[in-house]
Amino acid sequence: MIWLTWRQFRAAAAMMLAALAALAVVLALTGPGLAHDYATGIAACTTQLGGCSDFVRRFFNDHQGPFLAVTAVVLVLPALIGLFWGAPLITRELEAGTHRLVWNQSVTRTRWLAVKLALVGLAAMTAAGLGSLAVTWWSSPIDKAAHTFNFPKMSPLLFDTRGIVPIGYAAFAFALGVTVGMLVRRTLPAMAITLAVFVAVQLAMPLLVRPHLLPPTRSTIQITESNVEDFQFQLGADRLRVSAKAADTGAWVLSSHTVDASGHTVDTIPLSPSSGPCAPSGRPEQTLSACLAEIKRLGYRQQVTYQPSSRYWPFQWYETGIYAALTLGLAGFCFRRIRRRLS
Amino acid sequence: MTAVIQARGLGKRYGRRWALSDCTLAIPAGRVVGLVGPNGAGKTTLLHLTVGLLAPTSGSIEVLGGRPAGSPAQLAKVGFVAQDSPTYAGLSVADHLRLGARLNPGWDDALARDRIGRLGLDPARRAGKLSGGQRAQLALTVGIAKRPELLILDEPVAALDPLARREFLQGLMEAVAEHELSVVLSSHLVSDLERACDYLIVLVDSRVRVAGAVEELLASHHRLSGPRRDPARLPADQHVVAASHTDRQTTLIVRTDAPILDPAWTVSQLGLEDLVLAYMGKPTHTAHTGRNHRPTLEVQR
Repeated sequence: MIWLTWRQFRAAAAMMLAALAALAVVLALTGPGLAHDYATGIAACTTQLGGCSDFVRRFFNDHQGPFLAVTAVVLVLPALIGLFWGAPLITRELEAGTHRLVWNQSVTRTRWLAVKLALVGLAAMTAAGLGSLAVTWWSSPIDKAAHTFNFPKMSPLLFDTRGIVPIGYAAFAFALGVTVGMLVRRTLPAMAITLAVFVAVQLAMPLLVRPHLLPPTRSTIQITESNVEDFQFQLGADRLRVSAKAADTGAWVLSSHTVDASGHTVDTIPLSPSSGPCAPSGRPEQTLSACLAEIKRLGYRQQVTYQPSSRYWPFQWYETGIYAALTLGLAGFCFRRIRRRLS
Repeated sequence: MTAVIQARGLGKRYGRRWALSDCTLAIPAGRVVGLVGPNGAGKTTLLHLTVGLLAPTSGSIEVLGGRPAGSPAQLAKVGFVAQDSPTYAGLSVADHLRLGARLNPGWDDALARDRIGRLGLDPARRAGKLSGGQRAQLALTVGIAKRPELLILDEPVAALDPLARREFLQGLMEAVAEHELSVVLSSHLVSDLERACDYLIVLVDSRVRVAGAVEELLASHHRLSGPRRDPARLPADQHVVAASHTDRQTTLIVRTDAPILDPAWTVSQLGLEDLVLAYMGKPTHTAHTGRNHRPTLEVQR
């Protein structure tokens, strides 16, 4: 049975191996240079006046294209596995009628399915794991700079495409493809439905589930020159909109708003750009610090709700566990179904 | 006598339609059984129930004393070649033999290689590039080399031209003689089965119309023709299978174990094809006799 599974799967496996090998070669050639550039850049800028924020910003900007490309590879890899390995696994047999050949050899259907699911499933997890490993390694200097462009370590895009969660996604996508194939029995519709369901699950996870894996941290912080993010007066009205970012640059900010002295959320602060402490006087930096001091005096602060970056690995494990449980559930359904209903 | 297939009240329903209903059969061992019936009569359903590809909706079926596809040992005892002889288009002939060898503990590799050699199939050729007849032969080879006790073939020759048909059946008969197999093969054409089978099941409209050894069926069925009369007035032991009337003449096909004594009839023997066609006709003829309400007629032994 192992031989047959391998014989049927080897072309797909070879294609995946070739693609991953090509990716690995490209990353291996460019990765050390990238890491070196980042290290020397950081070493140079720490001694400079003004710190590293300019360098970090420029570094990310320069490598944004490849960063998004490799991230996209890890993002779509599980979906491709579900579509091209999962969905056709059984529908291909049903469409060609070969299930009637293979299920009448001296191997029970349960065993046939067990070997197929185990072998191809392991290959799927290995492929996703290797892909994620290579990209995580290559992209680590860029990832460190990515928070400047609103891609903190815990943000959905980076969280989904680094570490161990892609392994869970691949296993789930594969099992989902097999299950849908078993229910729909035709390859193309099964692929379409697999894609739709997988995308829906992948959207629901960061939107609905992940924020609540652990209760988010809420902190109320002073708005200072070092953390002020957004600072603008509304045209025609004497109102200021201001915001500040959490000290944890890798955190996933779920919500952030300004609160007044009594803790109520406010949209804007009644301060005028033309008179009072926020009116231009002298250098812009002086104006800003005078204005922020006034904000502090009035008792306005920033309330930030976020998942801190210290929870990165616990969250990776939780989420992988959730997907593993979903995968096992789908596999169990497949076993029940193949014994009872399918012919 | 041990039965290779024992079905009791077997039925299979798809939604609201019964593909097979109330099927009671006891097929003795060592026979080559022909399963005939028009397209859509339920032949494939019955065969799939026999190999365990389907589970019955009602009744029960035992094959070689076990539940179909219930265990690897049961699977090893029953060989099956499905309709249109499915093979893996991307795998070569040699790969198919390897598949058989890996998946069947009782695989007879010498037999498989010998058969492939005699058929002149190139082992390196992909199954997708074989002709219909070659593919059927390959599927049969995998079925036979597994060394089953019972070999089941679903419409094995339907897609073949007359020459390939004859070669296929010839090859099958040689294998049967050599390995003492019980065989069940289905077809919608009696002529395919006439030479090969010694046992016949006629399946019409999801019901078994008649089942029995060919010899006994031929001995117990007669064509009676004579002056027009009402078939209901026949002796009690004569079951009318089919009746046709002209203004002055009546022709009946009857089943009886007793000799026909009425001198008004001209009695003639039936060929197998005529016999099957008589059963494939409208079932109202059997109901007409008023004596036998069971749709399943079995030859009395």
